[in-house]
Amino acid sequence: MTFQSKDRNKEAVNVLEDINLEVGDGEFVCIVGPSGCGKSTLLNIAGGFLGATRGEIRIDGEKVTEPNPRHIFIFQENSVFPWLTVEDNVGFGVKRSNSREKAELVAHYIEMVNLTGFGKAFPSELSGGMKQRVEIARALAAEPDVLFMDEPFGALDYLTRMKLRYELTQIWERERKTVLFVTHDVEEAVQLSDRVVVMGKRPSRIRDIVTVDVERPRDLDDPVYRRLRDHIFRVMGLDHSGQSLDGEDAPKVVPFVGRR
Amino acid sequence: MAGDLKGEAMKSRLESLLLPLAVAVCFVLGWHFAVRWSGSDIFPTPKQVLSGTAELARKGVLFKYIVASLFRVSCGYMLAVLVGIPAGLLMGWFGRARAAFNPALQVLRPISPIAWIPVAILWFGVSDLAPIFLIFLASLFPIVTASMAAVQNIQLNYIRAARNFGIGGLELFKKVVFPASLPQILTGLRLALGVAWLVVVAAEMIAVNSGLGYLIIDARNAGKRYDLVVAGMAMIGLIGLGLDWLVRRMETLDEVRWGISGR
Repeated sequence: MTFQSKDRNKEAVNVLEDINLEVGDGEFVCIVGPSGCGKSTLLNIAGGFLGATRGEIRIDGEKVTEPNPRHIFIFQENSVFPWLTVEDNVGFGVKRSNSREKAELVAHYIEMVNLTGFGKAFPSELSGGMKQRVEIARALAAEPDVLFMDEPFGALDYLTRMKLRYELTQIWERERKTVLFVTHDVEEAVQLSDRVVVMGKRPSRIRDIVTVDVERPRDLDDPVYRRLRDHIFRVMGLDHSGQSLDGEDAPKVVPFVGRR
Repeated sequence: MAGDLKGEAMKSRLESLLLPLAVAVCFVLGWHFAVRWSGSDIFPTPKQVLSGTAELARKGVLFKYIVASLFRVSCGYMLAVLVGIPAGLLMGWFGRARAAFNPALQVLRPISPIAWIPVAILWFGVSDLAPIFLIFLASLFPIVTASMAAVQNIQLNYIRAARNFGIGGLELFKKVVFPASLPQILTGLRLALGVAWLVVVAAEMIAVNSGLGYLIIDARNAGKRYDLVVAGMAMIGLIGLGLDWLVRRMETLDEVRWGISGR
């Protein structure tokens, strides 16, 4: 997947500027940045929901112009269909025409997201975390090559987020989809991804790309993990206690050298 | 603890049954003594209304008139549903259709169906068609307005997710736009049914010779039979309550329950 110098002109404000990024097959990449930096805009362009004013995004050599069932977008909330049961939601994008195969696929992914037994339930009977699980299962059941995730755990409470992050890591290790994951949560980014793309304020550029070469599942107390996290905080202009690094300190970010 | 909760629920159910019943008893008693003490021999007591109703039932006209009124409501209302839902969905979905037709709709909407009575008589004469037309008009506007608003209020993410899965065109309408709008459409249908029932009585007062509206006017004109007038009014009220109950039952279906706020 390649992103080529794409700007988006919105009321004469450049939201994104000079973004060049390549994502490999089966890679998990997180994009972090302060709110309003345009990371969601970038993902929406990649998903085919918005057009770029300049530049282009290519997936498998094909230019993105509209939504595509091979690249499924996962929203923060309110996108599981409330009039369908969990089963019917998960089966919504299944392309198999054989009904037995379809049912097996649906059951398989419901199991993968730990919702076995809830197939006949309606979303209104589920918690927020369970609804996001339905959404992830629905996306996977469509057998896409790429997943775009736009702060998928952003509306959940802290414990549920922790749990879902862990589960997502396990799912990704089994499925090995290419994932582009947008979040403002640096911890989340470092815990999940192979590489973290750090973006700055508007007009947004890529400030740094950090490779996270730590075994999964990741230990939040691992010193390498902590060093990576603090480095990203510094790139974003904060020290690890949350204090702003202003003036002199801010630009003095040295490229990070990881374990290898 | 569970027993306590169950007891609480039983108590509140019992209350919601007993309280209105107590009000009804007080009302009937008050009515009875008001007629007695005022010495009126035109306005009926509750007992006279009851025997008037029994008389109508014996002669077979009560059932006939109820069926006649319900028939007219069904025809006009169904017609409004068939025209109103598709029209509303299209106007909700296509901004251009909305821009073109909505102003006309908003001009026609505040005109009371009663004001259309002379026009209805002119166009359809003294037949069943005139009241059916009036009921159609009266129920059309709430249905179109609710369907249109329902589509405009759909969560954008439903549409985007469906598009992402490769759903478009008519399939998008069938699989997402219609089911997502259904709860709000149903609210419009409930409103429209109430209005339709309101209008059938008014319409029957002028143009036809059957139905509950006709019963009321006829009983007054033919010998000031106010017991029958009030009997007709009571029937209208009870049937209206029944119709509303039917639609409310539909609101508990799984397809729409998610979008209807708890009442």
